[in-house]
Order: sequence, then structure tokens, then C-alpha cells
Amino acid sequence: MTAAAGRADERLAQVGLVRRLLIRPELGAVVGAVVVFAFFASQSAVFRSPEGIANWLDPAATLGIMAVAIALLMIGGEFDLSAGVLTGTTGLILVTLATRYGLNVWLAMLVGLVVALGVGLLNGLIVTRTRLPSFIVTLGTFLMLQGVNLGVTKALTGTVQVSGLRRAEGYEGARAIFAGTVQIGGTPFRVAILWWLLVTAVATWVLMRSRAGNWIFAVGGNEQAARAVGVPAARTKIALFMTTAFAAWFVGSILALRYTSVQANIGIGQEFIYIIAAVIGGCLLTGGYGSAIGAAIGAVIFGMADKGIVFLGWDADWFKFFLGAMLLLATLANRLVRRYAEEVKH
Amino acid sequence: MILETRGIGKSFGSVLALREVSMGVEPGRVTCVLGDNGAGKSTLIKILSGVHQHDAGTLLVDGAEVRLASPRDALERGIATVYQDLAMIPLMSVWRNFFLGSEPRKGLAFDVRKARRVAGEELRAMGIDIRDVDQPVGTLSGGERQSVAIARAVYFGARVLILDEPTSALGVKQAGVVLRYIARARDRGLGVVFITHNPHHAYPVGDRFLLLNRGTSLGEYAKADISREKLTSLMAGDAELEELAHELERE
Repeated sequence: MTAAAGRADERLAQVGLVRRLLIRPELGAVVGAVVVFAFFASQSAVFRSPEGIANWLDPAATLGIMAVAIALLMIGGEFDLSAGVLTGTTGLILVTLATRYGLNVWLAMLVGLVVALGVGLLNGLIVTRTRLPSFIVTLGTFLMLQGVNLGVTKALTGTVQVSGLRRAEGYEGARAIFAGTVQIGGTPFRVAILWWLLVTAVATWVLMRSRAGNWIFAVGGNEQAARAVGVPAARTKIALFMTTAFAAWFVGSILALRYTSVQANIGIGQEFIYIIAAVIGGCLLTGGYGSAIGAAIGAVIFGMADKGIVFLGWDADWFKFFLGAMLLLATLANRLVRRYAEEVKH
Repeated sequence: MILETRGIGKSFGSVLALREVSMGVEPGRVTCVLGDNGAGKSTLIKILSGVHQHDAGTLLVDGAEVRLASPRDALERGIATVYQDLAMIPLMSVWRNFFLGSEPRKGLAFDVRKARRVAGEELRAMGIDIRDVDQPVGTLSGGERQSVAIARAVYFGARVLILDEPTSALGVKQAGVVLRYIARARDRGLGVVFITHNPHHAYPVGDRFLLLNRGTSLGEYAKADISREKLTSLMAGDAELEELAHELERE
């Protein structure tokens, strides 16, 4: 970005291109992604082949859609721990309604969407009305949804999974749009990858080029000050919680349509992965700073590590170690970068 | 007079926070409100900015009696207040802060180019030399931040600018910078209410001086009627200072 406004100021020379790049929140994630790619690509020929890329972009996409939504929420100064299980809840609703109650798949998806938005609205209302930390509020909804997912599934089926979506009416159409594949250069890529790119682009536009984006940064940076100049802080936060819930519905539906069955315990533990991807992408835990592109790149790092470890024939347990190491490195790098960038002040 | 109070007062329960205070604000003039902590300065500005409603005396805007219902009401009448804490977001850029809550639109989008350009122009028109409107507000000095807040109020159509202790947390040089912008706002025809407890900041820039003590007025003076020495001694309470000096002397 160049300063469109202003005559040339001799002191601007000191804020050179390097510093301008460094002040971008996604820098740490980009460097990390390059290093991780270089490592796995040099070790494994499959990893760098088009099929390999399609393979590791797939987990990056479903994780990335969630990470981008969580990044917006975190920039707005809040957390959502219920987002992971909500992907399970929406998937279970879809499969249960379509298989046991004979609903059309599209209609079942619509019900799932309404429920998800309701959960998001509830999270948002409780947080904004009570001023309780969202960490606690959504921990509550996380546990409640986890209980509902298991309890209802067991009561209905006597097991902990619902399946058989393939036979439901409207399945093929929905699958093609949400869980199909597209041929790019002769290699089949999951269509979720395209959705993920679209979600990232839209989120970036909202953040950087819309009034709502300005408000998101403001309510996360200093809610009191934002309210003092007329920013509708509560409405902004509620919309963010609902956006996260929408993303959970989207990803839950993608996964349900892809596998045609849903485990009742799915999504538990994912909420932290979303937050970690957002933090690797440059989001501050304290809010007011971060980027959607960064979160999307954070998700790519995950996808590469997740599949790369398998390609190298390592034990998958090492993935967790890698996760933790990446998180620590990313937060340290972000802190250093921000300090260096802010030294501009004379 | 754009803004005038006549014998205005305010009580909170049994506490008389403000009694019988009369003052005026003219376009292109600076009215300084001086007083020690607890003198009633903040109660007075909260009445002028619509946060509190007066319960005695009259408040006039453009010569007509009014009762300001809320800060928004005051703002709509052109009375803008810049508080000490400034309502700025440190991690956001200067131009994003400048337009926060009143973003210019272009279709559905926030007109980012216009915002960046106008913020730069407005700051320069006020003589505020910000190196780069893209830098985060948190990297600005205290004086620069005050100046950006003043420029924002001016741009959004303020006719009266109320500044709550804008120089109190600043060093000598930074305070000088802010005083210069107060003069600049005055020269653009705004009426300025400058709240301070420092007569040395008030005297060079002020046209009228309202002195408050323990919730009531010690008088409103035009600059011609009061010398810097008189102002300082009224402010400090010479007798009290002498007593203090005596008390602190070594045995």
C-alpha cells in the first residue's frame, strides 16, 4: 500500500518498503508457509505433485473457512469455543432430518442454518448484554452442544452416529455444490477449496474495504472508544458471532455431504485449531489486529503438516508436536515483527 | 455568542457541584476555564456537551435557550467535545480513526481512497504534520493524538470545540504543539472552550478566562482586564501557597 495522500515527506524514506511489509499481520504466516512447504516438498515428490497439492489443500480449505471466520471474531475482540462442535451439530441435523424424517437435503440444510444462526445470535446476545468474557460464555455453549449432539443422537439411533445421507432426496445436487470436485489441469480438486478462497476474499474485502470492517477493528481495539464515536458495538459483535456460526454450518454441511455420515462427537477440539490458525495468521489474542488472509495461510500450514507427515511415513502423533511448535514460533515472530514495525516513532 | 450560560447550576443529591456560573463562547475566540481539581470544571463541560443536564440557570445556543438532551444532541448543534482519553483506537491507522463511526461510502464500500486523502488534507489544513496517515495512532505522540482529535471535530462540522485538559498530560514542547492547534481552530472561526489548570497554558491563547473554585465562579475576565500574574495568583491561591511554603520550611 502506498500513501495516496500527501506530498513527499523526507522522513517517509525511513519507513521503507521492508517495514511496510513487516507491519502486515500475515507476514509471519507467509514465511512459515514457505518454510513448511520447502521442507516437505524437498523430502517428498508426492507432496509437490498436483495430486499431492490437491490432497493437502483439502484439509486446509475446511479448516480455513472456519479460521477466517474466527479471525474476524478475534479481531473484533471475542472468542468462540462452540464453533467446532457446532459443525457437528449442523451435520447431525442435516443427516438426521434427511434420513430419519425424509426431509429434502436442501430443506434439512436450511433447518441446520437456522439453528446455527440461532446459536450464534445467542452467543452474541449473552456476551454483549452481560459483558461476560466470551471465552466463558462459549465454553458453556460448547459443552451444552456437545451434550446435545451425543444425547439426541443416542436417543434417536441407539448409536453415536447417523448415516445414509446418500439415499436422501436432493443429495446429488447438494453434494456437487458443496462436496464435489473440479478438474484443474487434469487433477481433481475438492470444490471446498474454491469456497475457501471465496470466503477469504469476501472476508478480506469486508475487513479492509467496508464500514463494518472499520467497526470490527474498532470494537476489538477499544470498545469504549468505538462506542463513543457512534460505532454500534453490540450489533457488530453479534454479527461476528453469527458469521462464525454460519461458517460452522457451511463446513458441517460440507463434511456431512462428503462422508454421508456424521459421528456425534465430531468437531470437539477443533475450536482450538481454528484459533491457532488465526493466531499463526497474525491475530492478536487481545483483539483489534489481524487478517483474514493470514488465517487462511495459517490453515494452509496445517494442511501441509497434516498430510506432509503422512507422505513422509512419520507417525501422525508428531502432528500435535508440530502444531504446538508452530504456534509458539508464530506468536514470538508476530511479537518481534510488531515491535520492529512500531519503532517508526522517533 | 454561540454558547452562553447564565447562572447555571447542577447538584447531585445533596452535593452542589456547580453554582451560579456564567460564561460565554464567541466564534473565533478562546474561552479558558481554569480551576483546581474539584473546582467544577468537569461538571461544567459535561453540561455544555450534553452529558449532564443543568438544574438551575439557563443555557443558550445562538441566543436561544436550550436543554441539551445527550452528547449527540450537542453534536448536532455543532458542539463537539474532545475528552482526555480521545476515543481513538491505538492499533488503527490515523485515517481509519479519523473517520471511525462516520465512514464515507461509495456504493456499499467504505471509500478508503477518499478517507485517506481527506484525512491527510484536513490534518495539513490544521498545520498538523503527520508523517504518514497509514501509521497506527498508537505510534503518535500525545500531542499529535490530541491534534488529530481536534482536526476530526473541526472536519465534522463543530462550531464550538470543548477541549478537556488537552495539555495536562503533556510535556512542555508537546503542550506548545497543542496550543498552536487551538489557535488554528480559533482562526478558522470556531469558538473554543479550553479547560485547564495551568494558567501558563491558558494565558497566551485565551481571550476570556472563567475561574472556578469549589463549584462556583470567581469571575469571568476579558484578557484586557487581567494580567498573567493576577490570573496565576487567583488560580494558585497565593495565601494557600504561602502557608504551604511556611509549613514545608525546615525547622
